[in-house]
Amino acid sequence: MQKHLLAAGLLTIAMPALAETPVLTVLTYDSFTTEWGPGPAIETAFEATCACDLRFVPAGDGAALLARVQLEGAASDADLVLGLDTSLTAAASATQLFAPHGKTPKTDLPVDFADPNFLPFDWGWFAFVHDKTKLPEPPKSFEALAASDVTIVIQDPRSSTPGLGLLLWVKAAYGDRAPEIWQGLADNIVTVTPGWSEAYGLFLEGEADMVLSYTTSPAYHLIAEGDDTKAAALFDEGHYMQIEVAGKLASSDQPDLADQFLDFMLTDAFQSVIPQTNWMYPVITPAAGLPEGFDAFRPAKSLLLSPAEAQAVRDAALAEWQAALAR
Amino acid sequence: MASRARPLSLIAPALAALLLALVLAPLAAVGWRGAGMSLGPADWAAVRFSVTQALLSAAISTLLAIPVARALARRRFPGRSLLVTLMGAPFLLPAVVAVLGLLAVFGRSGLLNQALVAMGLPPISIYGLHGVVLAHVFLNLPLATRMILHGWLSIPSERIRLAQSLGFGPSETFRHLEWPMLREVLPGVALVILVICLTSFAVVLTLGGGPAATTIELAIYQAVRFEFDLGRAAGLAGVQLAVGVIAVLAAWTLTRPAGFGAGLDRGLPLSAPTGWRRWGDGMALTTSALFLALPLAAVLWRGLPGLTDLPASVLPAAARSVAVALASALLATTAALTLALAAARHGSPLMEGAATLPLATSGLVLGTGLFLLIQPFAPPMSLALPVTILVNTALSLPYLYRILLPEARALQADYGRLADSLALHGWSRLRWLVLPRLARPLGFGAGIAAALSMGDLGVIALFAGERQATLPLVVSQLTGAYRMEAAASAALILVTLSFVLFWACDAGGRRAAA
Repeated sequence: MQKHLLAAGLLTIAMPALAETPVLTVLTYDSFTTEWGPGPAIETAFEATCACDLRFVPAGDGAALLARVQLEGAASDADLVLGLDTSLTAAASATQLFAPHGKTPKTDLPVDFADPNFLPFDWGWFAFVHDKTKLPEPPKSFEALAASDVTIVIQDPRSSTPGLGLLLWVKAAYGDRAPEIWQGLADNIVTVTPGWSEAYGLFLEGEADMVLSYTTSPAYHLIAEGDDTKAAALFDEGHYMQIEVAGKLASSDQPDLADQFLDFMLTDAFQSVIPQTNWMYPVITPAAGLPEGFDAFRPAKSLLLSPAEAQAVRDAALAEWQAALAR
Repeated sequence: MASRARPLSLIAPALAALLLALVLAPLAAVGWRGAGMSLGPADWAAVRFSVTQALLSAAISTLLAIPVARALARRRFPGRSLLVTLMGAPFLLPAVVAVLGLLAVFGRSGLLNQALVAMGLPPISIYGLHGVVLAHVFLNLPLATRMILHGWLSIPSERIRLAQSLGFGPSETFRHLEWPMLREVLPGVALVILVICLTSFAVVLTLGGGPAATTIELAIYQAVRFEFDLGRAAGLAGVQLAVGVIAVLAAWTLTRPAGFGAGLDRGLPLSAPTGWRRWGDGMALTTSALFLALPLAAVLWRGLPGLTDLPASVLPAAARSVAVALASALLATTAALTLALAAARHGSPLMEGAATLPLATSGLVLGTGLFLLIQPFAPPMSLALPVTILVNTALSLPYLYRILLPEARALQADYGRLADSLALHGWSRLRWLVLPRLARPLGFGAGIAAALSMGDLGVIALFAGERQATLPLVVSQLTGAYRMEAAASAALILVTLSFVLFWACDAGGRRAAA
């Protein structure tokens, strides 16, 4: 009887302790959390160190993330947001929903990047990807592309982050000449898709010679499919970068755990998962080096507008894009 | 006696009010969070383009469906039943899958252009307004055909026999039998296609060719995601609803009951004219069968290679989708039958609106609004599947209602008074009169609802938690991670499951009616 009472007493003590395993909720884009994405490996690795339950909450694609954060506002259950890029961070900071991280990490990014609210976790260069066997001599610049009869398929900047990246790429490379470049490109564009996957699918089906994607896309085909026919065309103007970042929400009820996750994000355990699950460059080169194919297409010049510049030129660049393409 | 009929007469208006609330409350919630609703010139250009492409798509789908449905109604040939069943398939394809299937035939390196180039002709481009309309006709022609075919099959055999004994030729048959039937059925068919095309998103954007093809739904995406301007999003969604309301009123004004009177249900096909009309029917059938079958074959062909290499998450996602589809189909069928029976007694534009407008809502605004409404009370993630079932029910109900309404009207006109005088009410009326006589459209409608709820991404993307993905969501996640082959296979599984659900309901209905 005594034993039973003791056991019951221990159970009642143990139960709340079990229930109090702290939960860290990370809002991110869909493809991060899938079984073939970085989510599962990162969850296992972080939970082994944190004595917590790490939960990824998918919120649609990258472009939907910020809208989701704004919708939830200060009532959000999330502690961290992972997957915004630098074209969105200015707007994200303006919501005042994010808290400063107070860290100054050293990264291997090819450009200087520091933001009080956001830390980078991976990055890539936008590029036009093509099939070497069908297009052996790709154009070497936007101007050469516009002058050629090479066909491209791109994404809509209003619904897709690569589409927005291309808008900023042309703006960063050509400034006031951007409308002229877009007018030149108009007859090369087969169509404009709502997201990256539709565009890439059309390209693989042979609907266009090139597709707007990343310099690391050919590495996917090389590593996962043993197919070395895909290549990224290097442009003389330089290539615009997408830096993906994570930030802590001011409303988090686990701020210390959130800080711990941000530190973990820049360790090898997190960074080494990125290349072959997210197919982007890690911000700190893993101890084991980069996988095969990640060094095949390295632009000589990187372009990136600061978050404030990106925010400032965005609406005008979109209007120019619409005017040039809406013949 | 009158009091016993009352429960139904109260349930239907309550149901209509509930549907309207489901449409309007999320819109209001989104508008409430926004500030002001001013629309700019670009927004009105989007409205114009949306309406233009929807009108063209609805008109062409409906007009082309008439000869196909007539040929199916008056000809008997081997494979006819297979063709009628196959008619359900394109409609069930997720938009992106349908687009890839069409591109295999009409795309830059598709069959058609390969044939044109081989003959020394210049290739054609599918991208632009014509491509958008082509895709919408591909998706909606089969639905229109099936709905009009139901109309043809509902002409009582007594009238057909009378026409034959009076020596009616094809033109008299058309004037006295077919045209009255078409006057009753066509406005509803065109309405439902117009409204569904109005909100079409991925098809229009992918095939539209550029920002000139901006629809209202894309403008809403821009407002929510690019500018977080919820007021403008609500304004645009309101305009989209208003266009839907105008379409409902127009269809309401144009619809005339055919008034054939009751028959004894002896099956009798219309007499099949010979001569050039025989060739005409053959052409209509062959062309439409090829137009529908070739892209479907491409979907099958693309999906087969990756079937052995699918990720583990496909199976539970498929199970979740089937459960959602069955629940939505049951709810939608019950609700649509209630509404259609009530509308057959006392139709009103309000009832029509409640049963049509869910289609005209913006998916993004509906999802965002429900999210805002639910969030104060419960974590939205915990309600992902119930919300998906609710939304799928509301979105498939308009099709069901449209399919059931003409036959519910005929039932009321032909048997309503007899049943009333026999005091046949409530469950026994349903059991002995309604269900047996409406079995065919009920089966077809339930099949459409189940299949639509399988394929619809709807609002799940906003609500789904880590382990709640449905099959369409898995397909979109696979395409988002370079895995196009696995995505094509998962899509093939999705389409096959939808088709099996559709076929089971449809064949069940046809068997019960026979």
